Amino acid sequence: MTGVNVPALVVFVLFFLLVTVMGFLASRWRRAGDAAHLDEWGLGGRSFGTWVTWFLLGGDLYTAYTFVAVPAAVYATGAAGFFAVPYTIVAYPLVFLFLPRLWSVSRVHGYVTPADFVRGRYGSRPLSLVVALTGILATMPYIALQLVGIQAVLDVLGVGGGENANWFVKDLPLFLAFGVLAAYTYSSGLRAPALIAFVKDALVYIVIIVAVIYIPIRLGGYGHIFDTAAQHFKQTRAGSLTLPANKEWTYATLGIGSAMALFMYPHSVTGVLASKSRNTVRRNMAIMPAYSLMLGLLALLGFMAIAAGVGSGVKGYNSQLSVPQLFANMFPDWFTGVAFAAIGIGALVPAAIMSIAAANLFTRNVYKEWLKPAATPADETRVAKLVSLLVKVGALVFVLGMDRQAAINLQLLGGLWILQTFVAIVGGLFTRWFHHWALFAGWAAGMVYGTWKAYGIASPATKHFGGNAAEIPGIGEIGYIGLTAFALNLIVSVVLTLVLRAAKAPVGQDETRPSDYSAEAGDEERENAPEPVAAH
Amino acid sequence: MPSDHAPTTEPVMPEPAGTPVPAVTPERVLAGIALLVPIVAMLWVSSYNKTDPAAAGMPFFYWYQLLWVPVSAVFTVAAYLLINRDEKARKAARKGGAR
Repeated sequence: MTGVNVPALVVFVLFFLLVTVMGFLASRWRRAGDAAHLDEWGLGGRSFGTWVTWFLLGGDLYTAYTFVAVPAAVYATGAAGFFAVPYTIVAYPLVFLFLPRLWSVSRVHGYVTPADFVRGRYGSRPLSLVVALTGILATMPYIALQLVGIQAVLDVLGVGGGENANWFVKDLPLFLAFGVLAAYTYSSGLRAPALIAFVKDALVYIVIIVAVIYIPIRLGGYGHIFDTAAQHFKQTRAGSLTLPANKEWTYATLGIGSAMALFMYPHSVTGVLASKSRNTVRRNMAIMPAYSLMLGLLALLGFMAIAAGVGSGVKGYNSQLSVPQLFANMFPDWFTGVAFAAIGIGALVPAAIMSIAAANLFTRNVYKEWLKPAATPADETRVAKLVSLLVKVGALVFVLGMDRQAAINLQLLGGLWILQTFVAIVGGLFTRWFHHWALFAGWAAGMVYGTWKAYGIASPATKHFGGNAAEIPGIGEIGYIGLTAFALNLIVSVVLTLVLRAAKAPVGQDETRPSDYSAEAGDEERENAPEPVAAH
Repeated sequence: MPSDHAPTTEPVMPEPAGTPVPAVTPERVLAGIALLVPIVAMLWVSSYNKTDPAAAGMPFFYWYQLLWVPVSAVFTVAAYLLINRDEKARKAARKGGAR
């Protein structure tokens, strides 16, 4: 890296200061109700309307790591990396079917996390616990990866420090960024990322629109970009402009599997439950694709990086740096600063929401359920705030202590793991047919099978966990391991439910009623609802 | 479907009488189809795994999928409107029955 890009750094720091101020002021934004209640800190008072939810979910789901990793995958492999586009296209129609039900039942019973729902629906503490732990486990590496996103930007800015820099100097900017993030998340809760998301999304839209118009003009048009990329792939044999025939299954299964996993992540659920009405959720499923369009355009930046010769001739070039480097090469310095601010703030928003979601899970489903059942709402809020700090420190240690590859591997695994909660959660939203022990066994089977399969995959970068696709038993095609594990999970759950039902095994108490699943804010059902039971 | 209710002490909310709306209505079916179309289109990878015809220099594979983003949004909006209509009808039927 040759020196520090001062104009870009100044712009970057200015934006960072702006969102820091907003983060602290956010605690006064739309404040209502009882500040000591977890609903306030952890769900923003369940008060967000359509637009706030749209910005919040957009800021939440389309993370800095996405911005860096999706074009990086296209840069490295071509068509195969484009699967993020069908993934996000499929996701919203799919979740349209069940998220409104999850919102309604959570509103009626005061559920804060998906594990709260599982507890109330099946009356099973062990099942609820594993759903909560899976959520925490899948979220931790995801937070760590947001740091990787910031690191990539800092490296290209020239403040990441060289290889020979003292580790403390090298990581000081990262410490600062995360320290500030931790402080305002602690004080403002979900309101902070909700407010900052406005800035983040606005910046991201501006940068992407400028990038997909301005960069192709400088590079001689899309035709030239794709021709160059085609030649590049012909020479390096690293990828291709269309999928090899044996990769079509992988592409489709990765798309649908990732889409199913997306709204099982605790931070997605937090974003959904924070909205004020069932209709807000539905409306958002119809307007979220605006972000998918942005993501698709962003993916094309990978080809532009190839055409611009980023990293060409450098052996073992870190493809994660390709897009930040492309921005630095193509844009005037001040606009590079804007682009990097978009990525940097793009890391802070999801990192805040993820740490809040993980803290909610721990507080509700581990602390209150197992450690201190008598905890008051004020206790819950206090614990959740502290845990949100711990989670961030953990992510920081993770990134600094372990290598970056480990974080990427674990994030891939996280998607696979979180998908294993789908049967219990989505199944439960429609039927009480499944037996909770059958779901537990299905979850365990999916987790073990998926992890074991992923362990056996080597890649040039890593000996284990080097990929996410393997042969699907019985079909013979190469498919996403997470989806295969999900299929196994479903089969085990169905078969064991049949067995347990035949054996008349006792079932837990279901505290929900059919009408809870279609309740809208302001409905009579809601007002008359009994005080939450499992919501303790 | 086997009964999915554990016995509870509190009485289950009386399901409203009156003109009940059946579980399967044309609105719900159409909404289901509208949601299914984009999913099927995207999972059918072999239908778009090719470079020609290109548009403005962009291979088919890419512009076709990008085009599906707004198209899928149109289908989801249609589903939203249909479900909204269906829920309004249900609510009206419930209110009518409760009197």
